Amino acid sequence: MTEIRYTQDHEWVRLEGDIAVVGITAHAADALGDVVFVELPEPGREVTQGEAVAVVESVKAASDVYAPLAGRITESNADLESSPGNVNLGPEAEGWFFKMSLANRAEFDALLDAAAYAKLVEEA
Amino acid sequence: MSETLLTTPLDTLHRERGARMVPFAGYAMPVQYPMGILTEHLHTRDKAGLFDVSHMGQATLKGPDAIATLEKLCPGDIAGLKPGRQRYSLFTTESGGISDDFMVARVGEDELFLVVNAACKDADFAHVATQLPVGTTLTRHEDRALLALQGPLAAAVFARHAPASAAMKFMDIADLDVIGLGRVRATRSGYTGEDGFEISIPGDRAEAFARALLAEPEVAAIGLGARDSLRLEAGLPLYGHDIDTTTSPIAAGLTFAINKRRKMDWGFLGGLVMRDELDNGPSRLRVGLRLEGRAPAREGAEIARPDGTVIGVVTSGGFAPSLNAPIAMGYVPAADAVDGTELAIIVRGKPLPARVSPMPFVPHRYFR
Repeated sequence: MTEIRYTQDHEWVRLEGDIAVVGITAHAADALGDVVFVELPEPGREVTQGEAVAVVESVKAASDVYAPLAGRITESNADLESSPGNVNLGPEAEGWFFKMSLANRAEFDALLDAAAYAKLVEEA
Repeated sequence: MSETLLTTPLDTLHRERGARMVPFAGYAMPVQYPMGILTEHLHTRDKAGLFDVSHMGQATLKGPDAIATLEKLCPGDIAGLKPGRQRYSLFTTESGGISDDFMVARVGEDELFLVVNAACKDADFAHVATQLPVGTTLTRHEDRALLALQGPLAAAVFARHAPASAAMKFMDIADLDVIGLGRVRATRSGYTGEDGFEISIPGDRAEAFARALLAEPEVAAIGLGARDSLRLEAGLPLYGHDIDTTTSPIAAGLTFAINKRRKMDWGFLGGLVMRDELDNGPSRLRVGLRLEGRAPAREGAEIARPDGTVIGVVTSGGFAPSLNAPIAMGYVPAADAVDGTELAIIVRGKPLPARVSPMPFVPHRYFR
């Protein structure tokens, strides 16, 4: 069974066993507009929670993507380099950014659940 | 503190069409519609796009001294402008900079029609007003909307509504009848690099006119986001970014706007400063830059030589949808401004290889 959590920075985190898959939410992708470039972290990089690790650029502007948890990057979605528009097509599917191992499971549990995130978007 | 934004006569229409509205020069303006900037941009290059540019300043300068008054403030040949013709010009400053760029058209023997940038309009019109002799008047047209219909199919679409427009060529101006809507003032010009028209129409008829154009299958509503990427690809400078009071027309690559006759006496604001700059050569120049890779470089990014020496700054930059690649404009020393020169733009601390490129990046397709 997969579990999904969200961050205040409009990222989603899906737990698949010991690995967390990370991307930006549909709300964030829509707000950014057409994504034309992404810069992804190198696998093997150790990251702290909240560290800027990736960049997403739309026609309009550049935004940072943060590590939602402490851990180590295990994989980046290389398809996004040639097809950055996948972030708009499937922000919570083929538009994933990177995968990472978790240093501390409690950090995941402390993130927003779907209801809390929906409330955040609604209040924004 | 929230400041009340002005709205254009098309405000209701923008919101009805799902536009994302943003503050721009004191107005609530559509930055994009649900189609998105990328598709809006490509649609304009492929078919026709309708832009609301009603925030821009429109005015009539009329009287026996209208031409002489304007010629004091700009380096253009206004006296030589034939009735029915339009020209691009610049308001210059005493120190040889640019206080705005604008379009001027001659609509009568002693009558000029001006269109200036929204953010500069109050200052521009106040500036002109200080020069007015008795008998010459400046009248602002705050009651008029301005729509731009741009793209390779714009002329065919507009001719269905205003048949007389078919006879116009690039930079012509004419007062025309639009079927069912009466008189409008149209120029065959715009700021996208495409053929098209800018149409001035009384505000109370603008929405009906916009709806009629948007009902045409070729036409989509286009926001300010795509307007910016279109003009960037066309190599056209944006006031407040690529040109301002610190950039001279010569450094900006706008020397063409300094008319030959006007160079006889340099009798306009900042003229003598510009004469010296032309004689000695400008120290820096506005250039186009094409980056390797896909990462865009934005306004404010530093431009460096391959050895790392910072030599300039990006004044406009972004992703060019028609080229599927990032492009930028910026200023560099004249010695580094030669087409093909290898430079780098520093983005997030990393030098991205870039090359000085001729502009326009995408060829103009005006109807001459």
